[in-house]
Amino acid sequence: MNMEYILETRGLVKEFKGFTAVAGVDLKVRRGSIHALIGPNGAGKTTVFNLLTKFLEPTRGAIVYRGQDITWRRPAQVARMGLVRSFQISAVFPHLSVRDNVRVALQRASGKSFHFWRSERSLDGLNDRVMALLDEVDLRSFADVVTVELPYGRKRALELATTLAVDPELLLLDEPTSGMGHEDVGRVTELIRRVAQQRTVLMVEHNLSLVANLSDRITVLQHGSVLAEGSYAEISSNPQVMEAYMGNAA
Amino acid sequence: MTFDRTRLGFIALVAAGLVAPYLIYPVFLMKGLCFALFACAFNLLLGYTGLLSFGHAAFFGSAAYLSGHVIKELGVPPEVGILIGTLLGLGLGLIFGSLAIRRQGIYFAMITLALAQMVFFLCLQIKETGGEDGLQGIPRGRLFGAIDLSDTLTMYYFVLAVFLIGFFFIYRVVHSPFGQVLKAIRENEPRAISLGYDTDRFKLIAFVLSAGLSGLAGATKALVFQLASLTDVHWQMSGEVVLMALVGGVGTIYGPLAGAFIIVTMQNYLSGFGSWVTIIMGCVFVACVLLFRKGVVGELSGLLTRR
Repeated sequence: MNMEYILETRGLVKEFKGFTAVAGVDLKVRRGSIHALIGPNGAGKTTVFNLLTKFLEPTRGAIVYRGQDITWRRPAQVARMGLVRSFQISAVFPHLSVRDNVRVALQRASGKSFHFWRSERSLDGLNDRVMALLDEVDLRSFADVVTVELPYGRKRALELATTLAVDPELLLLDEPTSGMGHEDVGRVTELIRRVAQQRTVLMVEHNLSLVANLSDRITVLQHGSVLAEGSYAEISSNPQVMEAYMGNAA
Repeated sequence: MTFDRTRLGFIALVAAGLVAPYLIYPVFLMKGLCFALFACAFNLLLGYTGLLSFGHAAFFGSAAYLSGHVIKELGVPPEVGILIGTLLGLGLGLIFGSLAIRRQGIYFAMITLALAQMVFFLCLQIKETGGEDGLQGIPRGRLFGAIDLSDTLTMYYFVLAVFLIGFFFIYRVVHSPFGQVLKAIRENEPRAISLGYDTDRFKLIAFVLSAGLSGLAGATKALVFQLASLTDVHWQMSGEVVLMALVGGVGTIYGPLAGAFIIVTMQNYLSGFGSWVTIIMGCVFVACVLLFRKGVVGELSGLLTRR
């Protein structure tokens, strides 16, 4: 068991009816790092993401998490193993209160989730943890608000608090700042940095300044395969990347 | 504060149930209560889990037949008969649920409908159900061997008790740790999965509970009217329960109760119009969907909380 890398993929392939979205990706994510996955639109980033979290099944290849082959596990199973994802569009439970959003994530570990005969007051023991998590993302004063009424940036913050509630070892963030205003980007950047102190983060992100700012290592995807990998300095001076990615972006 | 309001609502409900038969025709009330329980059970799925079943008549109707059969032919006491009907609902729910639960949206509705049609044809074909005539003259018998249910008022209070037990059970489920997960699934299933919940298992349990309660409602209805017929298993019954939940308010505790009484009242008082009833009901339904999208109770509670 290789302890240095928390997540590895070996020759990961995903084909959709004659179209190859992911063509043999070998990815290694170092434990404790912030790893970014970038690439032009249609490079297969989100598909890779869905494969890693088991929301899609690969056509070929293997995914190894903490030394265990998880290629054929179910999505809820890998989530319980500590590999937890966020979504591109904010994934909250809109008609639950902010407090209940976090509590429903916390309650899984309590083992009471199948208890349909008990009052929800049996979950009151979790309230302190809920508030502590809301504090982490500055949402304490919003605890009783129905989530649908939160502004977008706050929803993303809530989503992060909910994700942290299940205490992930490896956090997969799908475009954590997409659709955000300038102020919110700054706040989320700080949050990710704080969160990553005790865990590994793998993120797909379009915002290159954020990537430059946060990531220890970057993998560039193009046409479903790895084009380059390295630190931001290495990547940004790579001529192939300049042509494929920066060239496109400009 | 919300807790107090909840408690106040419950006291008002029980009080209204206790005095109602002195003001309103009890048989009408019993019919309303049976359908209200059915609609509340259905709402547990549609309103709190986000699953639209179009086959709930199968649980309601087959429970009515089976409990009627065991009471009439085997002479079991009424409470045992109702229990057997409920168990049939649970069992059928487990079968339907296991086959349908992995499908989403319209496919889920279609599978439940197809399975319910199979139950309908089974009920039409086998001898014990009495075919077109239905199962008639089911004796109400003596509850726990002591209380004579042939008296209308006694029967009413028995039905009220069954309804309240079912109603409070549903309330408990909705406001339980399990209910929290159900609501999370209704709101955003992929997210619930990503938090580590095997959502299919939660949905299946909700489906089975809902089917069992529908069986309870159907069995009780068979005892009230001393009759189980093809109407109870027909797909129109599945449609009617959707209507009741929608008119009253999906995802509210009291909505299906109100919806059931509104529909049953319309069926009773408009029966003079003959086959025009369905057209009038259709218009009311369209009006409800256009004007009160959250149903009667949903809109009312929306007005109250907005203050």
